Amino acid sequence: MFEAGHARLSGHPVATPRSSETVSFHSAFRKALTGGHLRGGLLAGLTGLVLAFGGTTPAAAQDSIEILNVSYDPTREFYREYNELFNAWWTAQGNAPVTIRQSHGGAGAQARAVIDGLEATVVTLALSADIDAISERTGLFPADWQSRLPHNSSPYTSTIVFLVREGNPRGIEDWDDLVADGVQVITPNPKTSGGARWNFLAAWAYAERNDLDPAEFVGAMYRNVPVLDTGARGSTTTFTQRGIGDVLLAWENEAFLALAELGEDAFDIVVPSVSILAEPPVTLVDGNITSDAQRAAAEAYLQHLYSPEAQALALSHYYRAWDTSQAAPEDAARFPEVELVTIADFGGWPVVQPEYFGEGRIFDQIYEE
Amino acid sequence: MRAGILRSPSPLPGFGLSFGIMMTVLSIVVLLPIGALLGRGLMIGPADLWEMLNSRRIWSALSLSFRAALIASLFNLVFGLMLAWVLVRYRFWGRRFIDAAVDLPFALPTAVAGIALTALYAPNGVFGQALAPLGLQVAYTEVGIWVALVFIGLPFVVRTVQPVIEELEADLEEVSATLGARRAYTLRRVILPTLTPALLTGFALALARSVGEYGSVIFIAGNIPNLTEIAPLLIVIRLEEYNYDAAAAIGIAMLIISFAMLLAINAIQTWSRRRIGLV
Repeated sequence: MFEAGHARLSGHPVATPRSSETVSFHSAFRKALTGGHLRGGLLAGLTGLVLAFGGTTPAAAQDSIEILNVSYDPTREFYREYNELFNAWWTAQGNAPVTIRQSHGGAGAQARAVIDGLEATVVTLALSADIDAISERTGLFPADWQSRLPHNSSPYTSTIVFLVREGNPRGIEDWDDLVADGVQVITPNPKTSGGARWNFLAAWAYAERNDLDPAEFVGAMYRNVPVLDTGARGSTTTFTQRGIGDVLLAWENEAFLALAELGEDAFDIVVPSVSILAEPPVTLVDGNITSDAQRAAAEAYLQHLYSPEAQALALSHYYRAWDTSQAAPEDAARFPEVELVTIADFGGWPVVQPEYFGEGRIFDQIYEE
Repeated sequence: MRAGILRSPSPLPGFGLSFGIMMTVLSIVVLLPIGALLGRGLMIGPADLWEMLNSRRIWSALSLSFRAALIASLFNLVFGLMLAWVLVRYRFWGRRFIDAAVDLPFALPTAVAGIALTALYAPNGVFGQALAPLGLQVAYTEVGIWVALVFIGLPFVVRTVQPVIEELEADLEEVSATLGARRAYTLRRVILPTLTPALLTGFALALARSVGEYGSVIFIAGNIPNLTEIAPLLIVIRLEEYNYDAAAAIGIAMLIISFAMLLAINAIQTWSRRRIGLV
């Protein structure tokens, strides 16, 4: 609910030069990752306040076109820059600038906000199950939405890697090191975090490939989890700021971001033998479109994510994007080779979601015995 | 009808109007949301409600929530009384500053409190580092939840007891002393009975507030099912599963337990008032 309110309040025209809110968030995040513990923590908290109450600039004039992009946690930095990129391109095509508002939060909470009436123009969430839930419960867009854009409607992808402390003192190389006695694993709760569901499935895939009982293997891994945060950013903070745990299961882009913000000498990235192709998809919320002009802008907004410039931007934000033609060489070459299973190998999200993460199902059973 | 129910006991007019406004606002703000929750429970039916509640994980979460709230409120009962006493009875440098600071837990967003406490008590935090050699860990254990709840509950006890201490007549203590009572006896038989009703009220308020606390606790609790997962978090998790019925079931369980506890505290209050015969 908080996210829904915050989304409405924190909107600001992206066409304007960086607003104070944008700057304050960015610097606060930087400090939260790099600064002193207490100060960083307080600043991060205060930023929440600024976001909730600060951005009350009135929306632009009525006739201007507005897009509300409801997204998940770790895309903040990417969309802030993409919105500027899109508007520059859009106005260069002879269109009036578009006011783009952003809302970020745990993917599940964001999906529920849209179901409960948050008037998202586009949704860009962590996994298709959350977008499926919106389609299924509201009928705002067709059930086959994922075939409307290329690459399963996923303009950028990522995978799950390990972030360990500098020098890898526990010698963590692969998934089976995570179930060893005394190793502490940090990952969010898959019930509240979309990213954590990818973590869970990647561990599952490893166990299946190595002829281990997957339920037992994943159960042993979760018994090594001392703190189960509700979102991916929360886990990153617990690991990097609070010094808890030996290994963080992280989105690859979050892991690279942590390295960039904290310096290469604080943490190392370890790539396991097998991981999962995490596809965070995007779609248009047809039922919330109010005018043809808005539809045109919103469709262009999503399609432009596949343009070489936007793909280069995604690569520079450490996402694995498809088109490297305009990317800086070091951005394109950054990603290690890793064998990736896909969600299709599990039967797709409509099968996986209830079977693994439904109430009383596989994940819940770990904590039931 | 009007004459019967809305008879004005006061010479000042306006009872009907103020009663109407009061009932309207109360309905919109308080009664309707609670009514909606209970209505949802009625639609589900008691058998299904019980079915949804009867699991080890939910009972662990409920008992953790109420146990931690009880422990934190008992601590606040003692410490809050001491704080209020010192603030009223003694004059020292910085008294007004401390007096004002007592209200901060009311004003601060609970998430900020949770993050700050976690940063301090985490193993690499200032207090956490000092406690680690003793083998104590606060953040990400149940003790961390107590700390957060003590923080948010403290002002309730202080602010309810403080005005009563201000009203206490020092004469009574002097009389008690001149009649030969020792200090502990005066404290036990003269001062504490007068403060009991206010103390109980503050305790009940702090308890009610801590049971439902979410914002600060999720940062400092480890949120591990069966160990450090509080009931409000379980409600959020059920909502994430779009399982509104199961979420309502936990909400109703918390409502009923809280109501029973507040009723019990009220009964104790009435009993102690009757026994003491004053206030």
